[in-house]
Amino acid sequence: MSLLSVRNLKVGFGPRPEENQVVHGVSFDLDPGETLAIVGETGSGKSVTSMAVNRLVDYGGGRITGGSISYTRSDGASLDLASAAESELEQIRGREIGMIFQEPMTSLNPVMTIGAQIEEIFRLQQGLTRAEAREAACKALERVRIPDAARRLGYAPHQLSGGMLQRVMIAIALASNPRILIADEPTTALDVTIQAQIMGLLSQMKRETGTGMIFITHDIGLVAGIADRIMVMQDGKVVEQGPLDKILDNPQHPYTRHLLSAVPHFSDGKSVRSDKASADRVLKVEDLSVRFPVRTGLFRKHTGNIHAVERVSFELRAGETLGIVGESGSGKSTTARAILDLVKPTSGVTQVDRTRIGGTEKPTQMVFQNPNASLNPRLTVQSILAEPITAVGRRIDEEAITRMELLLSRVGLPADSLTRYPHEFSGGQRQRVCIARALMLKPSVLVLDEAVSALDVSVQAKVLDLLIDLQREFGLAYLFVTHDMAVVERIAHRIAVVYAGEIVEIGDARELLANPRHRYTRQLIEAVPSLERRRAEYSIDSRAMPSLVRPIGFTPEVEAWLGAGEDHFYRQEA
Amino acid sequence: MSYPIKRLLVFPLVMLGVSVFVFISIRLVPGDAITAMLGTESGLLTPTQRDALRAYFGLDQNWFIQFWRWFAGVLQGDFGISTTYGKPVMTIIWQHFPLTLELAILSMLIALSIGIPAGIYAATHKDRPSDLIVRIVAMFGQSTPSFVVGLLLIYLLSVGFGVLPEMGTFVPITEDPLANLAQMILPAITLGTAFAAAVIRMSRSTMLDILQEDYVRTARSKGMSRRRVIWRHALPNALIPVITLSGVEFGYLLGGAVLVEQIFALPGLGRTVLDAILQRDYALVQGSVLFIAFNFMVVNLLVDLAYAALDPRIRFETK
Amino acid sequence: MTALLKDLTRHPSGRIGLITFAVFLIAAVLGKTGFTPYDPLIQDRIARLQGPSAAHWFGTDLFGRDVFSRLMDGIGQSFIISFFSVGIASLLGAVLGLTAAWFAGLWDGAVMRFMDVLLAFPAILLALLIITIFGPGTWTSVLAIAIVYTPIFTRVVRGPALSLRRRDFVDAARTFGSSRRYIMTRHLALNLVAPLTVQITLALAWALVTEAGLSFLGLGTQPPNASLGLMLSDARNLMEMAPWLLWMPAVALMLAVLSFNLLGDALRDILDPKTRRRLA
Repeated sequence: MSLLSVRNLKVGFGPRPEENQVVHGVSFDLDPGETLAIVGETGSGKSVTSMAVNRLVDYGGGRITGGSISYTRSDGASLDLASAAESELEQIRGREIGMIFQEPMTSLNPVMTIGAQIEEIFRLQQGLTRAEAREAACKALERVRIPDAARRLGYAPHQLSGGMLQRVMIAIALASNPRILIADEPTTALDVTIQAQIMGLLSQMKRETGTGMIFITHDIGLVAGIADRIMVMQDGKVVEQGPLDKILDNPQHPYTRHLLSAVPHFSDGKSVRSDKASADRVLKVEDLSVRFPVRTGLFRKHTGNIHAVERVSFELRAGETLGIVGESGSGKSTTARAILDLVKPTSGVTQVDRTRIGGTEKPTQMVFQNPNASLNPRLTVQSILAEPITAVGRRIDEEAITRMELLLSRVGLPADSLTRYPHEFSGGQRQRVCIARALMLKPSVLVLDEAVSALDVSVQAKVLDLLIDLQREFGLAYLFVTHDMAVVERIAHRIAVVYAGEIVEIGDARELLANPRHRYTRQLIEAVPSLERRRAEYSIDSRAMPSLVRPIGFTPEVEAWLGAGEDHFYRQEA
Repeated sequence: MSYPIKRLLVFPLVMLGVSVFVFISIRLVPGDAITAMLGTESGLLTPTQRDALRAYFGLDQNWFIQFWRWFAGVLQGDFGISTTYGKPVMTIIWQHFPLTLELAILSMLIALSIGIPAGIYAATHKDRPSDLIVRIVAMFGQSTPSFVVGLLLIYLLSVGFGVLPEMGTFVPITEDPLANLAQMILPAITLGTAFAAAVIRMSRSTMLDILQEDYVRTARSKGMSRRRVIWRHALPNALIPVITLSGVEFGYLLGGAVLVEQIFALPGLGRTVLDAILQRDYALVQGSVLFIAFNFMVVNLLVDLAYAALDPRIRFETK
Repeated sequence: MTALLKDLTRHPSGRIGLITFAVFLIAAVLGKTGFTPYDPLIQDRIARLQGPSAAHWFGTDLFGRDVFSRLMDGIGQSFIISFFSVGIASLLGAVLGLTAAWFAGLWDGAVMRFMDVLLAFPAILLALLIITIFGPGTWTSVLAIAIVYTPIFTRVVRGPALSLRRRDFVDAARTFGSSRRYIMTRHLALNLVAPLTVQITLALAWALVTEAGLSFLGLGTQPPNASLGLMLSDARNLMEMAPWLLWMPAVALMLAVLSFNLLGDALRDILDPKTRRRLA
């Protein structure tokens, strides 16, 4: 008999949930110790489905309008969670069904210590005394491999990193050895190496405790390493479900096939672009360094510097994409911003070739990560597109309007977009507006700072295709800053890997991805989930990035470059 | 640098600013202190007598020297002599301040004891009739000026019960607590009404926001009961903005509720300042306004410290 | 603008607020343009202290003046003072807050410390101080209330302006080389209209209260002119004999303040993208 059996589940929201339904008749089973992955994009109803299982959906304004969720308790009795009373659910939640969430930073109470929040569940669900609970909490932290657990109990959440907080969340969720663990995109907000650690931890926990798991994600590649079965959802319906290998190797539904083929998945350099860039150099960055002063004490004395970017050098050719890859805090975005003068470089030279493409006033343009934040919500698309033109002192004439219309149709937006406001567009469309705006002045270099990271996976694929088309058409050079290895593999000709403010490895994309030389690059690539690495073992290496704060006047030693091929260099390691 | 320490450093700067501002404002008032002090009799003074008086009060010096003399005194705890009372300013302030303090404390007690439970009750019963009633009451409470509440209370009491509030000589709480309380209860309710309304609205809206937070969802996923989630996880977070609001309101009340003291004929700090302004009693205005501003800023500082104690995020914030 | 009005009529408290405000606005305009049932200043010794009747809807006062007409005049007076003072305060506050946020550094420090000084005074006390300097009167009241509320507007503008300044669209504008003026007007000011509108509405409510309070103390509008505060002050000694003298201005003042508070709440809901989604 299965542990959980969901039949024809329907969930709606608002005062009339029948009319405003977001989950339309979902059915699935979960066996003890089994991991079911629910895969889908924004609005697919995957999170709502999972929250319906422990009925947290009630608190989000949702209501189950039909179907059943029959759960087999440890004594063999069956309980329909869909119609269970709140008092019964309180016995189930935390004790038999644990849950972890997407945002570890906001999922813990900011005014309570970590310890208090873990102890709480032991006292509540197992009736332990304060002292017993404290000991149990310490053990729970050790179980999720948090070093120095006893001391960490007294920490407030904001004193720990996202990865550490997610471990705390796992410790809480597993505290009472639940029979089902619901993990709702538990690694989406985390860096890729941290993601690997959390995935590794989850699969170890699963083996140790035999917990059944429902794992919700938008990334089908991620679950290849952990799932036994996959359920694909779209628009509140299940389009396909089955054993892992069957879904990955022999998908039936077009949407599943789309998720598997159209969406970027990392493949160790096998899907790198094959087209070639020209030989014209358009951007040359030499020894770029950015330092931010650290001020401490009562009088804000300058006591040190954050070495955010350290002697970074690279070149970029027309029609070429250089991918800059790194994790949060590595200095990749600061590099991009320094090139556009948004932050002042401490030293270094940035040369842009102004002779190409009619020598425009602003040869370098930028596209930002979040299209919602980079478009002024109070301006029409026409005013938005006009801004670069007026900024360089030109008038909005017939020619400018024609260019707006041309670019809009080129980025795939309807002709009537000019009079509309940003909120009338979807996220992907807004990013297209941003791209059109960046192209208004015919630049030769486009800096794309995590330009597709905020988009849904299938939208991501379309925007990447658009960028490649535009690059070919206008001979643009891209500096593509991203944390996402699968995305960079799709778009980059060359890749620079940034770690702790420095480029540690740079070279031809295929070469570098297939044959990484630097320790960090290897670690990064190993951490990337991939369809090919099924039931992979992720290592739980929790080495953190070194501190970038240095005393005043500190000149870091830069290790020598070693060559690994015609266009492939890496830093010697100490 | 942590936020409270930064606040502490700005403190003397703002105090100096307040002193200068008050000093200049008073000097800008038309007519001089001698005329104000002696009224029509000042017309009888010979120019020599007048000059002698001016020299006695230091009014013949330029403003800068006058300010410096006064400020040097203030730094030593000497706020000068009130011309209307003929007593040291500090003595007069300490005579009137206890009443103001008592009134502020009573109003805050009323506001918090009604406001917080009502706000939380409304938030946890969102969109039900009880929530609607609480919201309407709070809206009316906030929209009725305190002095109007005071007038209406006096009227209702005199018509409904045929009693008039005891507005004779003020009895300090140290002499006769019951008689004192009988005098203070109406003004306290008057000031507490709008205060309570503000607390209700603030606690309701923050509670509603917090009930949508991820960490509340986490608490629920642990199997905590509705009540426990509210008391243990939501309330400590919801209280933070309520404490800030209450601190600011309390600080203002310490400055004396001029209008309400006037209506209930209470000799508090607010009326003292009002009278001093009308009498052009320079030293008393300067001294008491500085005292009020000082109190206000100290209360705000304490609120910030309380805030930091409650919220670990602020405690370690470096901005 | 019309879209905003439409949204307001759909919002439950916005609708009530809007209707109440409209009624008061009409009364104020008629009151100030002389379209009152009686001349608010004409005394009629025969008709002293009459209760509400068909001839005098809200009764008459100690001098036989028509309370309804005086109320209309007083509301007009209150509205003039509130609108002018809040107008000045919001304009001044917007400019100071915007420039403080943009130029930062010394200017920001100087502006904000000065605002701290003003905020260290309880509102009514600061207003009293200003009135003693300039002598009581309509325009002094306007000035006093404007000075009291300027620091609040400065803070209301500076906070969001600081966060807007860090938004990506401002960074984008800088990469295009947009002028400082363009960024300040199009990217900052335009996005501050919403929080400013809410604050203006709420400040109008407070300005009404402050004006009435000052007049009540005899430091605002001077007799024989009508004002809500003065009428309440006159009612103090007559409330048992002629309760309408208390009730009428008290209820009028409360409803006027209420209408602004309701509008402010509704505007906050409508203009805040977070709650906007919830309403839709």
